[in-house]
Amino acid sequence: MNNNEHISFLEHQGKYKGIFAWIFATDHKRIAFLYMYAIAAFFLVGAILGLLMRFELIAPGETIIKPQTYNGLFTVHGIIMIFMVVIPGLSAVFGNFFLPILIGAKDVSFPKLNNFSWWLFMFGSALAIATQLLKSGSPDTGWTFYAPYSTTTGTSVILATTAAFILGFSSILTGLNFIVTVHRMRAPGMRFFNMPLFPWSIYATAWIQLLATPVVGITLIMLIAERLFGIGFFNPDLGGDPVLFQHLFWIYSHPAVYIMILPAMGVITEIIPTFCQKRVYGYKAIALSSLAIAGVGFLVWGHHMYTSGMSEQARWFFSLLTFIVAVPSAIKVFNWITTMYKGSIDLKPPFIFALAFIFLFMIGGLTGLILGSVATDIQVHDTSFIVAHFHYIIFGGMGFAFFAAIHYWLPKMYGKMYNFKIANISAVSLFIGFNLLYFPQFIIGIQGMPRRYFDYFPKFQWAQVISTIGGVILVSAVILMIYNLIMGVRKGAKASANPWNGTTLEWQIPSPPSLENFDSAPIVKENPYDYN
Amino acid sequence: MFSNNSNFVQGVDTAFVLILGISIFFLILLTTIMIVFVIKYNKKRHSKAVQIKDSSTLEIVWTTIPLILVLVMFYFGWRGFLPMRQVPDDAMQVKAIGQMWKWTFVYPGNKQSDSLLLPINKAVKMNLFSKDVIHGFSIPDFRVKEDVVPGKNNYTWFIPGKFGNYDLYCSAYCGLSHSYMLALVRIVPEEEFNKWLASLPLKKADDNNEGFKILDKNGCFSCHSMDGRKIVGPSFKGLYGSTHEVITNGTTRKITVDDLYLETSVYDPDKDVVAGYPPGMMKSYKGLIKEKDMPKVIEYFKTLKAQ
Repeated sequence: MNNNEHISFLEHQGKYKGIFAWIFATDHKRIAFLYMYAIAAFFLVGAILGLLMRFELIAPGETIIKPQTYNGLFTVHGIIMIFMVVIPGLSAVFGNFFLPILIGAKDVSFPKLNNFSWWLFMFGSALAIATQLLKSGSPDTGWTFYAPYSTTTGTSVILATTAAFILGFSSILTGLNFIVTVHRMRAPGMRFFNMPLFPWSIYATAWIQLLATPVVGITLIMLIAERLFGIGFFNPDLGGDPVLFQHLFWIYSHPAVYIMILPAMGVITEIIPTFCQKRVYGYKAIALSSLAIAGVGFLVWGHHMYTSGMSEQARWFFSLLTFIVAVPSAIKVFNWITTMYKGSIDLKPPFIFALAFIFLFMIGGLTGLILGSVATDIQVHDTSFIVAHFHYIIFGGMGFAFFAAIHYWLPKMYGKMYNFKIANISAVSLFIGFNLLYFPQFIIGIQGMPRRYFDYFPKFQWAQVISTIGGVILVSAVILMIYNLIMGVRKGAKASANPWNGTTLEWQIPSPPSLENFDSAPIVKENPYDYN
Repeated sequence: MFSNNSNFVQGVDTAFVLILGISIFFLILLTTIMIVFVIKYNKKRHSKAVQIKDSSTLEIVWTTIPLILVLVMFYFGWRGFLPMRQVPDDAMQVKAIGQMWKWTFVYPGNKQSDSLLLPINKAVKMNLFSKDVIHGFSIPDFRVKEDVVPGKNNYTWFIPGKFGNYDLYCSAYCGLSHSYMLALVRIVPEEEFNKWLASLPLKKADDNNEGFKILDKNGCFSCHSMDGRKIVGPSFKGLYGSTHEVITNGTTRKITVDDLYLETSVYDPDKDVVAGYPPGMMKSYKGLIKEKDMPKVIEYFKTLKAQ
């Protein structure tokens, strides 16, 4: 390879100029950037809505906003964070950028479809944001749209569900694209078990996106049909069944949790071997556990509904399966920690984020056991315990993995390096802020503080105050982190092709990569994490 | 070891302690190992990593041990839950009616109350009934929770074991005043309960009035009382035909409550806001209370005389 001839994808002059070179881009790397900027913006909006809720909850009674506004806030916070940030997050940004590179491909299988998916994503997101501006007011159903409240409330539920429907299509098409890419585009000599583990996790995720998302699409269409034409699917006044909605909703939305967390596990599995300078421990166990999670994850949705009045048989069955799905996640944690054994550990920012991820993910996973057990779930269902649990998994898990990934791959994506010291400070303050914000919610949840409450008894106030302080620290740390990354990209030192001494294919090509990634055929190793 | 608030506390809290105990043990163990590795194998002390081969034995061990542990947890969770579905035949039947945003409890003999008084050490079966959307019947101190789903005959039961006052929450999100859908649970000696029950009024006769049913279904009475009390909005008592000062577009004017005013207040509540009440407290009920139903509602208002 001759470095003098290298033209990075950022400098490459294609058919379109200026902004059009981006919004009509078919290069998987440019599309990844498009997603990243949009998702970062949505994340900040969602975070500010979350912070507003935290200020409202700092004292009992009305503090800064009215109940109807509060109900709109937690609904829109949920819709933005789930459908526009966390579900696309890792797979659309880092999956797009690194899946083709890690398997030695030029691009994804369907580059134009990839661009179309981004447009769908933006269109759906625009509709979701438009719900805020309508006279009928922002939707007030919670992001779960439970019927019959969602089929009778006067707020803009139809627009919000249409938005979620369109966002779902974007997700399906991305999943389809990645499945075909993994099957058809691997470099010569790369078999499935030569692939790095991030592509494995993206592959497992893509199957969930493809198979589960249509179910929620159908469900949302049924909800719209009930509202517009009075077809009685869910409202008992029309002959429907409200619990049917919950089944259909969670058949998608529980696997969706794995859409969020599997790529996060994949990112962590890339980072740990690099900063331990050691091949990953239990390659096959980690790869297969991703598939196991994706498979069994389809069969556990009923654990969201232990109090819905389901039969006893359904309750024990879902409880048993829920406990079984915990095992593959535990296997991953054991293998990550064993990878550190006798490594040569370099405490750089991506690794610090990865350590934080493991700790937070363990708390999220272990509290999930309390929720999987029927007796204890009865106590904490619909309380702030749930809120704490899923923020530990989604934010502590997926969110911290996203932060780890951006610190890991930013030098490859931009060819620039950020300031390590500020990155470390932001990582530590994120960790502190996060735990202050969410941990107290476990305790008052066990004591009975219900979720989605605008007002509460004074006995819960101590925890709400700590949480609000944690929220302020967390948002400040996010701003510091983003500032550091932006400064790195704009003014940072030039990054080498392999700043961390990684072994996977992305580190064999220049930073940033050229348009078609590989100027010469990639060399495929038997074990992608081979340090010998 | 556990409190005796209800007959379920023991089973639920045993599962809690077991799962939390195992979880905390593993959290501390794994975190400690992680920290030790990070310090011991830091590249300053350990400059060359030792490449280690995978071991199937180890993978099988750390698959089997968690599997056994989670099955034990599953068993205790199930055992703690099972009694919650086994209602004794002689349990007292109380109907809990959830509606936006209040609870009503109907006792044997068609007596009704806003708070839940119960005799100690007697099994009570709560038949859960919703008039509108899904609510959640939750008494955390008793480890009791079940959704109140319209169109379904959900139930729960318990035996209260300790005198005192407890909080009943609505646990399933149900709209504007979800967080105010609370009720008081009081556990008293049996004689006191019987005396109280005898003094309760019968279920209201208004239940057959069409206008009442519409207002009730939409939760209007959670914010507007029928007895002159000020809750969130003005009371409905004696409202029709009375004169009020309202604020329209920032200017105060005097109006008489008539058909048109009532209709405006339902469909566009912020247009004429009664002086002394903040705007933005009520949402529009356009589409929820149909225009063809308005005459029935107005007829009902006319029956709510000032005396």
